Amino acid sequence: MTRFLIRRIGQAILVLFAASIAVFLLFFVGPGPDQVARTFAGRLGTPQRILEIKHALHLDQPLYLQYLHWVGNLLQGNLGFDYYKGQSVNTVVGQALPATVSLVVGAAILWIAYGVFSGVVSAVRSRSLLDRGFTTAALFFYSMPTFVLGYTLIFIFAYELYRVTKFFPFSSYVPITTNPWQWFVHLILPWLTLAMVTAAAYTRLTRTSMLDVLGEDYIRTARSKGMPEQRVIRVHALRSALTPVVTLAGLDIGTALGGVIITEQVFGIPGLGWTIVQAIGQQDLPIIMGIAVLAATFVVIANVIVDILYAVLDPRVRLN
Amino acid sequence: MTDPTNPLVMTDSVSLASRLLLQVSDLRVQFATDDGVVKAVDGVSFSLERGRTLGIVGESGSGKSVTSMAIMGLHSGKNTTITGQIRLDGEDLVSASRERVRALRGAKMAMIFQDPLTSLHPYYSVGHQIMEAYRVHNKVTKQVARKRAVDMLGRVGIPNPAVRVDDYPHQFSGGMRQRAMIAMALSCDPGLLIADEPTTALDVTVQAQILDLIVDLQDEFGSAVIIITHDLGVVAEISDQILVMYAGRAVEGGPATGVFGQPGHPYAWGLLGSMPRLDIDRVDRLKPIPGTPPSLINVPSGCPFHPRCGYRDEVGGDRCATEVPLLREIAPAHVAACHLTSDQQRSTWARLSEPVSDLPETKAGSLLASSDPANEVQS
Repeated sequence: MTRFLIRRIGQAILVLFAASIAVFLLFFVGPGPDQVARTFAGRLGTPQRILEIKHALHLDQPLYLQYLHWVGNLLQGNLGFDYYKGQSVNTVVGQALPATVSLVVGAAILWIAYGVFSGVVSAVRSRSLLDRGFTTAALFFYSMPTFVLGYTLIFIFAYELYRVTKFFPFSSYVPITTNPWQWFVHLILPWLTLAMVTAAAYTRLTRTSMLDVLGEDYIRTARSKGMPEQRVIRVHALRSALTPVVTLAGLDIGTALGGVIITEQVFGIPGLGWTIVQAIGQQDLPIIMGIAVLAATFVVIANVIVDILYAVLDPRVRLN
Repeated sequence: MTDPTNPLVMTDSVSLASRLLLQVSDLRVQFATDDGVVKAVDGVSFSLERGRTLGIVGESGSGKSVTSMAIMGLHSGKNTTITGQIRLDGEDLVSASRERVRALRGAKMAMIFQDPLTSLHPYYSVGHQIMEAYRVHNKVTKQVARKRAVDMLGRVGIPNPAVRVDDYPHQFSGGMRQRAMIAMALSCDPGLLIADEPTTALDVTVQAQILDLIVDLQDEFGSAVIIITHDLGVVAEISDQILVMYAGRAVEGGPATGVFGQPGHPYAWGLLGSMPRLDIDRVDRLKPIPGTPPSLINVPSGCPFHPRCGYRDEVGGDRCATEVPLLREIAPAHVAACHLTSDQQRSTWARLSEPVSDLPETKAGSLLASSDPANEVQS
């Protein structure tokens, strides 16, 4: 178990190293230090600021020293300085992160709960009307572009029904620290949007995985012991069937935490996805780099967590 | 004396009837598929006394596993139709509610399967799975169930059971896994144990140990055992009664001594002839039964074995292809479903079991050398 974890964490560090090299080469290597510094300064770069940047990023030193300097800062949690906004990147990211985390965590709870539930029901009542219903719904939402679903929900709930319910706000985001209830109310439609487009994969995956497991010999053994069918499904079948679902959920959540671009745009949520789109529009390089590094870190951490969950679920991983 | 509708159920004494644990009459199991109705079991009857062993023999697809799954009530599909009677301790399982059969399953009848690795849940410890089986039917605390699990593992010969109880199936060897399966099946002291190919997936050296264990535990627990196999060596060793199945039907049945010593059905001759024997010095090759088992959707007319049978010319006419042979008593309590007369069966078997050098090479049916009583299989 310990060796397994050490190996996996070692691999994660390697991946992060490779990602940092890629990001570094992409942004630091250019036609000379002046040009690179000008790019970092963004559209508002004055000659004086460009000099400042050249000095701050050690652009006149050899490439490997530039990298070591940059990575050294990253390892201390310093994502750099945003010369365009005149703030540290940490501040900008720190303001955007809570919104993205709020959106992703809430939506993930919804999509996993719905996806696993509908998948299990579809598998147990395979080829029933309910199964066909869930399958059709899954395909429908899976094939629907996120922005279409988002704007449709806004149109129905926040526009047409608003006159009746006065409940769903149009868009924007309220931090949980400002007003927890308003935070919740503002996030319902974004949660639904993100959850519905993502859940389809979970419905299908859980159904397939569950059908496979229900055909296993050990399920027949559980039944032959006289266990009630409910318990056979909940205890014996579901635990095995969830293994691939855990993998998918880990990757999806890890990726989404790096920013949910379309959903954040549609609902005007100032999260990482929204921020990076703004930064790209403004050619705000430090922000783009900071979020790219952060997103890669989230994906890698999510993978390590998935590996740990594997070991918790499956003793063969734990004990070998 | 036998009941004419159910020749394998002996009804000659009241005391015998009360010793009967399992009575299967005219069992039919059919699966509706896109290609047609599969008649997996087609009118099978047999009975089993407490503490005795019945061996069900046949090729793959002969309906032996489907029969055992029907007894356990493990056919659940909407497309499955089961008719007939399965009486366990006098209670009919075919007409009983699903919940009632579930309550009996594991408690009064239990089953072990072919592959002990895939039959145990890889995510739960062996002890946990035995405790679970015990606690489904007994309202006891985890501590009591755990003691029971350790006790059962010790009784099936797992060394150091108090420690191994927490091991996972992948930490056990193949033979130990099957021992653990047996411990689990017997944890609630069931009257009936069904063993479906219990040794097929095991090493040859381990097979005999597992069979010995089943026999020992049968004595200890007083369970009746149904052992399902295509390996005649297995059933010959431990069975009191034998049922030979072909294409979902019983084609021969009776005491093991009778079925192995004086088989009456050409299919049984074939099965015996395709089995290697070490007790005789033979020079010719094993004789497999020609052809393959028939489709259970379109079972051949008449005797289902006739397309593969080398003796249908001796019956005369088209009888084998048109008339279904009924089970007929060929010796006391020994029945076979074949149109050959008892004399023909006896003389053919005598010829087939003659010493090797005199064997006629013309018969494609089957060969078994030596009917020397010393070589006869005793149950």
